[in-house]
Amino acid sequence: MKIHEYQGKEILRRFGVATPRGIACFSVDEAATAASELGGKVWVVKAQIHAGGRGKGGGVKVARSLDEVKSYAGQILGMQLKTHQTGPEGQTVRRLLVEEGADIKAELYVGMVVDRATQKVCLMASSEGGMDIEEVAAHTPEKIHKVFVDPVAGLTDAEADAVCRKIGIPDGSVVQGRAVLQGLYKAFWESDASLAEINPLIVTGDGRVVALDAKMNFDSNALYRHEDIVAMRDLDEEDAAEIAASKFDLSYISLDGNIGCLVNGAGLAMATMDTIKLFGAEPANFLDVGGGATTEKVTEAFKLMLANPKVKGILVNIFGGIMRCDTIANGVVAAAKETHLSVPLVVRMRGTNEDIGKQILRESGLPIIAADDMADAAKKIVHAVSGQ
Amino acid sequence: MSILINKNTRVVTQGITGKTGQFHTRMCKEYANGANCFVAGVNPKKPGESFEDIPIYATVKDAKEKQGVNASVIYVPPPFAAAAIWEAVEADLDLVICITEGIPVRDMVMVKDRMRREGRKTVLCGPNCPGIITPDEIKIGIMPGHIHKQGRIGVVSRSGTLTYEAVGQLSDLGLGQSTAVGIGGDPVNGLKHREVLELFMNDPDTDAVIMIGEIGGADEEAAAQWYRDECRNKKPVVGFIAGVTAPAGKRMGHAGAIISGGKGTAQEKLAVMEACGIRTTKNPAEMGTLLQSVL
Repeated sequence: MKIHEYQGKEILRRFGVATPRGIACFSVDEAATAASELGGKVWVVKAQIHAGGRGKGGGVKVARSLDEVKSYAGQILGMQLKTHQTGPEGQTVRRLLVEEGADIKAELYVGMVVDRATQKVCLMASSEGGMDIEEVAAHTPEKIHKVFVDPVAGLTDAEADAVCRKIGIPDGSVVQGRAVLQGLYKAFWESDASLAEINPLIVTGDGRVVALDAKMNFDSNALYRHEDIVAMRDLDEEDAAEIAASKFDLSYISLDGNIGCLVNGAGLAMATMDTIKLFGAEPANFLDVGGGATTEKVTEAFKLMLANPKVKGILVNIFGGIMRCDTIANGVVAAAKETHLSVPLVVRMRGTNEDIGKQILRESGLPIIAADDMADAAKKIVHAVSGQ
Repeated sequence: MSILINKNTRVVTQGITGKTGQFHTRMCKEYANGANCFVAGVNPKKPGESFEDIPIYATVKDAKEKQGVNASVIYVPPPFAAAAIWEAVEADLDLVICITEGIPVRDMVMVKDRMRREGRKTVLCGPNCPGIITPDEIKIGIMPGHIHKQGRIGVVSRSGTLTYEAVGQLSDLGLGQSTAVGIGGDPVNGLKHREVLELFMNDPDTDAVIMIGEIGGADEEAAAQWYRDECRNKKPVVGFIAGVTAPAGKRMGHAGAIISGGKGTAQEKLAVMEACGIRTTKNPAEMGTLLQSVL
């Protein structure tokens, strides 16, 4: 699960990380009031969406008067902000963060993820802040410093101080830098984050170390023990089809192609998408119905796929194990009837009760195209969709 | 022969009183030598009771003392699953297979760290995996037994149904399996591709291996490089990686199946595997025939 920058900063402050003073706003008037409350002469008006690269896309502006705050807030609120992470259609801005301006002397980077190889939390830090860290990693990997944190000891003073010095935090500010790194680690660990990033982390003219940005993602499997974080979820930022799918315990992800696919199991679902591509077309979605699919679930899955106007055909690929092919076949027939299916449908079934499943499909009277294996199924749906 | 499990393995089921645990314990008991292998269950609140003639104990330690179990299978719900793994490790079992899906990553980081710190010898398979099967001897997990066939091909995979797909193709070609191991789709887990590959390389009754991976992490690359350095020409290995079409930054169902920071793409994994002497296919319908072609 993702949250907004202002929410990430709220969490970081709780763990002792210094951030600029700021107020989240939903309207131009709120933005103006926020700027007055904050005081000072310079403010930053920042679009709040769940994607990076906001500055380059025109979603972050520095205002030098209250009129400018209003004007920028008006420009940014409601805009379709396009960044390298939003896709070409962009994301509508519905929230702003108005912050006091900062006197930036140095821009640094710190981030955390769980490293699969060492099975520990990895702290990554670099003197090259404010930039795309993937670029830094690709071109100057020696400028990224890593610490694999012992889960019992946590991030020690010595480790934190050494990282501070390596990324160029001046001696006089190392104690503050340590507080930021240890606070970030505690925030990451205690809130079950899957990613935490401060880019840039800045050193100010008077030597303070401040988180100018905050990005946090959370382990969805751990949300049951973090009600406060679940309350931060912003459904406006999520794909409507993916939200609908999650209500029926379906794992669904929208993609750009025109062939809908319904599969049981994540690995087989990915392999099915790959096979469609191998035979010259593109999948419209990833959809794993899981191990316990019922008729209702399959019907909902069909509705989801068909709600996408790009879908010109559907491929169902089932390897029946514990889940029986006849159950899926009944679901497919019911779903096709209920949705008045008007696009080609190819079904491939293997495994438990495969013969009964195939018989149900044959006797349904529906124009279902049967396939023997995954490749045959992909060829048939690609052929049907291309209209040849 | 086989790796990890055989007809003499004695299994305790943790979570035997839940719906999933009961269903799959019954299926496993009915498979091959299962009735002699599934000898105990654990529920701290129901010691002294039984499930279909399988006695229930309060702890794994009790089950080990009373029934001589050396392996465990876990169906305990996610919030309690890491503690269940630790209980089996602390009882010094040889093998723990954790089927449970949805365990918080932090819980797995803690339990794996403790296993390393204390130098525990227990082998963990999973979590979020279908389990392990040695056809016609024993099945520990949720895979459909009837698609398997006894033979000399090793199968190791991160995903459930894609493993069944590979096994089904092999069996259709008349190629049986020595053991099929599902290592699971989570980012922090037990057995990795490399370790399972090593077990297969040292198993006199395995002639060749299918290694199935997916996007995310670098475990397949590590296994391929180990194979190149230690075992090339020993036994043929073929591979498939799911997720060529998966976009970066989107988690494809499994908690570990995500391309992040430009790393863990299917293309990269396939290239490394090929360079290390592992033949790969981009067509998952051809996993079986590819394996047949290298025998």
